[in-house]
Amino acid sequence: MEDLKIGRRFFLKSGGAAAAVAGGTVIPIHNANAAAPAAQATTALPYPKKAVGKAGGMPINQVVSFTYPDASSACYAIRMGSAVPGGVGPNGDIVAYSSYCTHMGCPVAYDGSTRTFKCGCHFSIFDPENLGQMVTGQATEDLPRIKLEYDAKTDSVHAVGVDGLIYGRQSNIL
Amino acid sequence: MSTNINDRIALPPKDAQKSNMTCHFCIVGCGYNVYKWDANREGGRPASQNALGVDFTKQVPPMGITMTKAMTNTITDKSGKRWNIMIVPDKECVVNSGLSSTRGGKMASYMYAHDGIGKERLKNPRVFRGDQWLDTGWDNAMALYAGLTKKILDNDGPSGLFYDCFDHGGAGGGFENTWGTGKLMFSALQTPMVRIHNRPAYNSECHATREMGVGELNNSYEDAQVADTIFCTGANPYETQSNYFLNHWVPNLSGATVDKKKKWFPGESAAAAKVIIVDPRRTATVAICEQVAGKDNVLHLDIEPGSDTALFNTLFTYVVDKGWHDKEFIAKHTRGFEDAVKTNRMSLEEGSKATGIPVAKLIQAAEWAYKPKASGHRPRTFHPYEKGIIWGNDNYVIQSALVSLVLATQNVGRRGTGVCRLGGHQEGYTRPPYPGDKKIYIDQEVINGKGLMYTLWGTNPFQTTLNAEQHRLVLSRRAKIVNEAIAKARGASVEQLIEVIYDACKNKGGMFIAAMNLYPTVISEEAHLLLPATHPGEMNLTSMNGERRLRLSEKFMDAPGSAKPDCLIAAEIANTLKAMYLRDNKPEMAKRFEGFEWKTEEDAFNDGFRRAGRPGVGPIDSQGGDTGYLATYALLRKAGNNGVQLPIKRVEGEKLIGTAMHYDDGKFDTKDGRAEFKPAPWNGLPKPVAEQKAKHKYWINSGRANEVWQTAYHDQYNSFVRDRIPMAFIEMNTEDARQLGVNAGDVIEVFNDYGSTYAMAYPLKSIKAGQTFMLFGYIKGVHGDVVTNWVDRNVVPYYKGTWGSIRRVGSVDDYKQTISFKDRRYA
Repeated sequence: MEDLKIGRRFFLKSGGAAAAVAGGTVIPIHNANAAAPAAQATTALPYPKKAVGKAGGMPINQVVSFTYPDASSACYAIRMGSAVPGGVGPNGDIVAYSSYCTHMGCPVAYDGSTRTFKCGCHFSIFDPENLGQMVTGQATEDLPRIKLEYDAKTDSVHAVGVDGLIYGRQSNIL
Repeated sequence: MSTNINDRIALPPKDAQKSNMTCHFCIVGCGYNVYKWDANREGGRPASQNALGVDFTKQVPPMGITMTKAMTNTITDKSGKRWNIMIVPDKECVVNSGLSSTRGGKMASYMYAHDGIGKERLKNPRVFRGDQWLDTGWDNAMALYAGLTKKILDNDGPSGLFYDCFDHGGAGGGFENTWGTGKLMFSALQTPMVRIHNRPAYNSECHATREMGVGELNNSYEDAQVADTIFCTGANPYETQSNYFLNHWVPNLSGATVDKKKKWFPGESAAAAKVIIVDPRRTATVAICEQVAGKDNVLHLDIEPGSDTALFNTLFTYVVDKGWHDKEFIAKHTRGFEDAVKTNRMSLEEGSKATGIPVAKLIQAAEWAYKPKASGHRPRTFHPYEKGIIWGNDNYVIQSALVSLVLATQNVGRRGTGVCRLGGHQEGYTRPPYPGDKKIYIDQEVINGKGLMYTLWGTNPFQTTLNAEQHRLVLSRRAKIVNEAIAKARGASVEQLIEVIYDACKNKGGMFIAAMNLYPTVISEEAHLLLPATHPGEMNLTSMNGERRLRLSEKFMDAPGSAKPDCLIAAEIANTLKAMYLRDNKPEMAKRFEGFEWKTEEDAFNDGFRRAGRPGVGPIDSQGGDTGYLATYALLRKAGNNGVQLPIKRVEGEKLIGTAMHYDDGKFDTKDGRAEFKPAPWNGLPKPVAEQKAKHKYWINSGRANEVWQTAYHDQYNSFVRDRIPMAFIEMNTEDARQLGVNAGDVIEVFNDYGSTYAMAYPLKSIKAGQTFMLFGYIKGVHGDVVTNWVDRNVVPYYKGTWGSIRRVGSVDDYKQTISFKDRRYA
C-alpha cells in the first residue's frame, strides 16, 4: 500500500503544521463527566458536558485545543472575533469543531489568514464561520461541529454535543 | 428519520454481502465495495464483528478507513424487505488504493430509497396528457413511442427522428447501453440525426489525435507516477479526476516515487516530478501542486485564453531549433515532420506575444519538458489535457499542434510518457457504425425547425449545450405546439393521439420530446414522455476508465418501480416496432428490428462488446477492439475492481491479460503504422468569438467544481451540495466586483449577443482582472446560454471562448448568510 504510506507522510507533515498554528494553547479538561449510559426512550446519544474554557480568555482567530466527547477525539474551539452562525459567548463568536477531517481523519490545521481549516492529506478546506461547511475538497461531510453552551455568570464555555459523525467512529460516543 | 440522526452509523456484519462497484461518476473509475445486509442486523464494534475488519471500540487512526454517513443508506427491495447498504472505497483497487472522492463517496446516498436523496427518481413511464404528467405502464408508453416513431419512419424516413444520446461509460452509459441505443439508432432506425450528450453533432472530441495515429487514452495511470515532467494543459485534475491526481500525480510530485523511477529506468536521472500547468486561471490544482512540489517545481503558464496552439507551436519550433527532437524516432515511425516544422513555425517572441507568457518562461517550459536530462536521456514527459483543449479554440488545431510536439520528442509509447485526454465521464463505447458520411449540427437543425421527434437519452441539452438559450427557446416553442394539440385530443386512444401528435409536428412546426433518464430533470418542463432508466448497482454495467481499465459494476439491488437498463429500453422499443411491422405485413422492415431478444444487460454485452472480431461479423466501433469477446461477465467478476486494461491480449487460466501502454512497439494507429505530424498554423480567435471579445469586457470561462457531478442530477437533491452551491457560482476578480458594485453572494447577470444567464458572485483575489470562471452545466445559471454557436470543422464547440458583460441583479440574503465565499485554492 505504497499510496497510503505517502498519505501518512503528508499526515505527519500536516500534523506538524497543525501544532505550530495551534500555538500550544491547550486547555485541560476538568470535571469531565463520564459518558452516561443511554437513557431509555431517547434518540440522542448521552453526550457529556465538558468545560472548554472562559470566553474572555480565548484569543481571537486562534484555535484552542480540547478533547470531546472523550480524550481520543481532538477538537478546536475558536473565537472568530464577530458573530458567526452557531457561535456562542458574549459576542456569539465562539465555535468549535472536530479536528479530524471527515474524509480520512487527518488533523486539519487552522489557517488564520484565510480563516479556514485545511487538511494536508487530500486538501479539503472547511469554513468555521459557516458551520464547518466544506469550501472544497474530497470529504462528503462538513466538519463535525461541537455544540457549545455559554454560561454568562461564569463566562464559561462548555461542550455539550456533536453535530455530525466524528471521523473513525461508528458512533460519537465510544 | 424524523430525528435525523447524524452521529452514528450501522456497521456491516461479518456475513454482509460484498460486491464490486466502479464509481458511477468521473473517468477515473475508483473501485468501491458494496456491503449489503438485513436492516434488522448490525455488525459489532470489535474488528472480529464487522465486515470491514476495523476495530471501532476505539478511535480509528487517520487514513485507517473512509466511512461516512454519505456512504450508507437503507433500501427496500421489491418484496418490501429492508436492507442496509454501505459503499466504501476499495483499498485493493490500484486506481484509488482506498481513496474516495467527494463524488464517489456519495454513491450510497444516491441509491434509491423511497425516503432518501433519490426519492424523486422516475419510477414508471410518464406521459404528458392535457396539462399534467400521468404515470403509465410500459405497454402504453411503448405503444405511443414506437407508434409515433413508426409513423415518422414510414412517412418521413429516419431523418425525422432526432436523438441526443450518451456515448460514454459509468452511470447513464456503459458498454451494454451504448450498444443497445446504438443498435436501435444506427442499424435499426438508421437515423443520422444524432448528437452526443455534450456536443451538437455525432462526432469525436479527438479527431486530430486519432487521425495522427495516436488514440487519446494511450498510457496507464502508473505512468504519471514515473514521469519526469507532467505538462498538463487545460485541466484541473484535483477537482475533476481527483483520485488519479491524489493517488498517482501527488506521489510523483512529492518525490515518493523516485525509487520506483530508478528501478524502472536504470541509469537515468530521477527526481521528484516537475509540473507545468497551462491554464489562464489559477486553479485548485495549481495551488496544490505548489503545496506538494514546492513553487520552484511548478510552472503555471497562465496563457491568454485561446492561445494554446501558439504555445505548442512555439515550443515545437524551439525544441527543433535546439535539436532536442528525436530524429531517429521521427525518421523510423512518423511522417510529415518537415512540413509541420514549416507550417507550425513560431518564434519565441511571436509565441510570447500571442500567449502573453514571457520568453524566459517559455524557455523554462521547454527545458523542463524536453531538454535531455543530466544522464543524457530524453525526459519522460506526460502530456495530459482536457477541456481547455477539447472545448478550446479549435479543438482540431490545438490537438494537431500538441500531438506534433509530442511526436517530435517521442513522448508517447514510452513508460512515463503519454499524450492523453484526462476525460470527463468514464468510457464505454460499442456501437454499429454511424449511418452518415458527414457531421450534422443537430442543434441548428432543431432551431431551423427540422425533425419531428426528439429523444433525449440520458442527456440534458438545456443545461449542457452551446447557444443554449436560443436552442431551448425554440425547442420549448415547438414542444408547446404539441402540448396544445395533445390537450385538445380529449378522450383520444393511443392510435388517435399519435395522429394528433404527428399532425402537430409535421404540419404545425411542433416537436415531440421523449426522454430516458433517472430523474425528471429540467427536461420534464418541455417533454411529453419520460421513461425511467437505471444506474449501476440496479443493473450490471461495464465501463472503462482513463487508462482503459474495464470493470464490471455488479447489480446488488432492485431498480425503483419499473425502471429498466437503457439497453433493455432500447430492446423494448425495437421489439415493439418489430411486432408492429409484422402486423403491418412488412417483413423487410421488421427484419431491421431483429436481434434485440435480450432478457438481461449481459445479453446486450454479449451481443455488442463481445461481437467485434468474431468471424462473419459486420463492422463495429468498439473500445474493446477485436479481442473484446474474451471478456465475459464471469471473468470480469473474478477480475474485480482491478479489471483489465483494454485491449485484452489473452486469457491465462481465468485471468484476463490486458495492455498497459499503447505504441511501445512504435506502431501507431494508421494504415502503415507511422504516426502523422499535422500542420497547425496559429489561428487566432474565430470571428464570432473575437466579435464578442471586442464588445464585452469579461472572459466568461467555465468548468467543473469538485463537489458537483455533471448536471447535478443527483446532487441537486443533496443538501451537502445544494446548500453550498444553490446556483452556479462565478469566480471573479475582487476589484472587478467592487467596480460593478457586486458583493459575494449577489446574483449577477452575464449577457452578450447570444443570450444571458445568471450566477452567484464569488469574488476572489486569485482571479485575474477581466476574467471570470463560472460553474458549467448547473441546474440554475446555465453557462451555455452565453456560448456562441461557433464550432470547429468537426462541429466541436468552443465553450471556453465566451465573453460577456456583467451587471448586478440583486442579492439573496440566504446565500450571503449560509454560503462560504472563501477561496477554493489551498494556497
